[in-house]
Amino acid sequence: MSLTPRDMLLFLAVFGLIALTGFTQSWNVALGILNMGLISAIMALGVNMQWGYAGLFNVGVMGFVALGGLGAILVSMPPVNEAWAVGGGRVLLALLAGAATIAAAIFAWNRLPRGITRAVVLLAILVVGFFVFRGLFDPAVARIEDINPATTGYLGGLGLPVLMSWPVGALLAAGAAWIVGKTALGLRSDYLAIATLGIAEIIIAILKNEDWMSRGVKNVIGVPRPVPYEIDLQNDPGFVERMVGWGFDPVTASAITVKLAYSGLFAAVLLALLWLSQSALNSPWGRMMRAIRDNEVSAEAMGKDVKGRHLQIFILGSAVCGLAGAMMTTLDGQLTPGTYQPLRFTFLIWVMVIVGGSGNNFGAVLGGFLIWYLWIMVEPLGLSIIGFITAGMADGSWLKAHLLESAAHMRLFTMGLILLLVLRFSPRGLIPER
Amino acid sequence: MSEPFLIGAHMTGGYGRGGPDILHDCTIAVDEGEIAVIVGPNGAGKSTGMKAVFGMLQLREGSVRIGGEDITHLSPQDRVAKGMAFVPQTSNIFTSMTVEENLEMGAFLRRDDISGTMEQVYTLFPILKDKRRQAAGELSGGQRQQVAVGRALMTQPRVLMLDEPTAGVSPIVMDELFDRIIEVARTGISILMVEQNARQALEIADRGYVLVQGRNAYTDTGEALLADPEVRRSFLGG
Amino acid sequence: MDLLNALVAFLNFVFVPGVAYGSQLALGALGVTLIYGILRFSNFAHGDTMAFGAMATILMTWWLQSLGVSLGPLPTALLALPVGIAATALLVLGTDRLVYRFYREQKAAPVILVIVSMGVMFMMNGLVRFIIGVDDQRFADGARFIITAREFKEMTGLREGLAIKSTAVLTVVVAIIVVIALFWFLNKTRTGKSMRAFSDNEDLALLSGISPERVVAITWIIVAALATIAGVLYGLDKSFKPFTYFQLLLPIFAAAIVGGLGNPLGAIAGGFIVAFSEVTITYAWKKVAGYVLPSWEPDGLVQLLSTDYKFAVSFAILIVVLLFRPTGLFRGKAV
Repeated sequence: MSLTPRDMLLFLAVFGLIALTGFTQSWNVALGILNMGLISAIMALGVNMQWGYAGLFNVGVMGFVALGGLGAILVSMPPVNEAWAVGGGRVLLALLAGAATIAAAIFAWNRLPRGITRAVVLLAILVVGFFVFRGLFDPAVARIEDINPATTGYLGGLGLPVLMSWPVGALLAAGAAWIVGKTALGLRSDYLAIATLGIAEIIIAILKNEDWMSRGVKNVIGVPRPVPYEIDLQNDPGFVERMVGWGFDPVTASAITVKLAYSGLFAAVLLALLWLSQSALNSPWGRMMRAIRDNEVSAEAMGKDVKGRHLQIFILGSAVCGLAGAMMTTLDGQLTPGTYQPLRFTFLIWVMVIVGGSGNNFGAVLGGFLIWYLWIMVEPLGLSIIGFITAGMADGSWLKAHLLESAAHMRLFTMGLILLLVLRFSPRGLIPER
Repeated sequence: MSEPFLIGAHMTGGYGRGGPDILHDCTIAVDEGEIAVIVGPNGAGKSTGMKAVFGMLQLREGSVRIGGEDITHLSPQDRVAKGMAFVPQTSNIFTSMTVEENLEMGAFLRRDDISGTMEQVYTLFPILKDKRRQAAGELSGGQRQQVAVGRALMTQPRVLMLDEPTAGVSPIVMDELFDRIIEVARTGISILMVEQNARQALEIADRGYVLVQGRNAYTDTGEALLADPEVRRSFLGG
Repeated sequence: MDLLNALVAFLNFVFVPGVAYGSQLALGALGVTLIYGILRFSNFAHGDTMAFGAMATILMTWWLQSLGVSLGPLPTALLALPVGIAATALLVLGTDRLVYRFYREQKAAPVILVIVSMGVMFMMNGLVRFIIGVDDQRFADGARFIITAREFKEMTGLREGLAIKSTAVLTVVVAIIVVIALFWFLNKTRTGKSMRAFSDNEDLALLSGISPERVVAITWIIVAALATIAGVLYGLDKSFKPFTYFQLLLPIFAAAIVGGLGNPLGAIAGGFIVAFSEVTITYAWKKVAGYVLPSWEPDGLVQLLSTDYKFAVSFAILIVVLLFRPTGLFRGKAV
């Protein structure tokens, strides 16, 4: 548990870059970058647990993040009582029936002898269960979605404080990770990658389509905040007076105060997680994980339960991603399933971990801040570079218009390039594992 | 006495750069049409010695010459072109390909007509002709070894190197394989092989090398080594 | 008569689209499986390679169209295809030279190569978006239908129509030709056999004098051709949108794994298994059911799963195979 002076300098440099944005553009933008940087750092910590500690290749980060977001709205949004009245119970019953069907199928598979009987019984259970499920589920969903579809049309949440949703988001992600891990761990690393890629797409598809649960592409907006609203601050004479007294514009000051409050919350979570991860990494458990990563065969020969350990760390890492997802939804104040893109939420996190230094928690955190900063800054930077290149071209030329329009896509290209350059020339990352 | 056709002389070295030396001033040679056998206890560097001759490890000292030409710095692939063929101990066939395709792949570097050589292999191993359309991975252990040797012969080598060709086959199959190897040697091809079954191997050997800890312990004709009481007691179990 | 109507409805909405989609997936899965067999990693950039190939072909098609070149009833894209393949081959060969070769020489673990392919995917994705944008692009021309629903109804007097898009037929015909050519190449030519040998046992292939760099280069060229053809056929049949090609990655990998990674025959079978499962499970069977059982009037669409969940189908197949037969139906290389 130590940072070398060089590591400190790297951290200082990244925070310096963000601060520079504050001086040159606006502190609002800088704090915006900082807050998403904090969340990105937590996601990177989660991926680093899986990859850096255990060598597990999870390409489904997006799914776990989105599940965390779902957790946020399920806990914090006010319940829609009419919807519960017309179909809430039935939907729950339907989900129970679905779960019971799967449980019965697994039970039948394990208990019955191999052969045609087992196949027939299994098929019968699944078919009957499916129709029972749909029979209960479809009408209830239709009724729920009919309740004032423009604003609700879903069951809503529990109406609890949004901070309580963060651990719930982590739990949801952990549950999904348990299912994936049970099936795909222990197989080749490529298979885990494909399986996680698949589960992430499915989770997003569910969020987009199950309107009764998440309002789908109609988005859930107005998620309650753990911090005050800007408008309330502006209407608070005490606040305005103090800010004016300090020489600030109250409107700007209110925005910055809110962002700072978020920064404080997120930083507390990040520091706590970082402390936990560091202690875990340096405990006998962490040493065992790394021993397993470096030589699975000999670890197994020494009697370590490799698959069990892998499942454990896979769930833990995914839970951290889910936590970050709930935090992000809280920060955004809305759940917008349509915006979850694997390139942004899975692969970008991977770039963070690899660039920062896989296997080193501080590296992952640094990567989270740095890459998020670049992700934000590459676009205006690319635009100005393209603007410079095209300056000499005639206005209205087809090429100029095309280049200016396409500059936004430089982001992905740049991220890929950074990843490849780091993998090639500095594969251990900025802060290597020790 | 002139130099043998193939000789790895005073070889010293190990795997990788900076790794410990496994061979120490070890000399292995075989002349045309001869059978040379390397025997010795486990971990004596038998396979390593042969791999050194074939260029699969870097020598710090010593040299390898074939027909008087220095090939110390050639890669294994280039040594194939010089007339050497190597049959590894394991994974020595293309399991998903037919017997005939295995033989064709053996002759990959040749641009001339290979049907004559293929006929010779089939004459040597008649069973392969019957199974030539079958996937090599479906054959029995002894038949697989025949495919492996046949594949190596397809390059029309002047030296055939075999790494424990009888590992894991039954005694009857082993005797048959040795018979075939003698037949191959009669066609003028030199045979250099590593063997666990030291007694049977030395019986057919023109030269025998007993290696201990990467050094030449005894070197003589197979017959003489079998008769040497010292060798018998230490390595052949009395 | 009703049974005949049911059959036509089935052919029209399930069978014909399934065959076309299956052919596209099979071609994609062949590319993935070849890379896996020879270079021994799962290439995450394959979807974007397909997008790049399709894009290169589209640009060439537009140019040809602007010159007034046309193939009559056939899409002009066929004429542009060789150029698209060549451009893609250059791209992947360049990528191999600049990126993958280094790791091959290092004998890096497969998972590192997968991560590297992720970086390549990013760059290719950015490149495609940069050049052609993110929007839908239309480049199909020529005859739209071989037979339209109306013509079919007039011809047969049935109530149900059978519309066969020319792109669907084209897809199947091209896929058959490509697959035959590929299997002829792999099984009958010296170079093709050396590729199989390399895939089977790399060390022994080296001992036999097979040059790995040559095998790798030929593999990339074939993969470029397969990816471009698959990408263009998919674009002609549906539409070209860069993001959908990335999403094809999942069904393509499902197809390759179901068939057994590294096994070309398995990739083809896997493509059709995945495609037909997707189409049958997400198809609303109400119409067909109405003909077969006129007395039964279902109130729903008789759809097992909404089309939005088609990925779930590939995924479920994948999971079942991984659980019960990890090497795939045709015994691939992977464990």
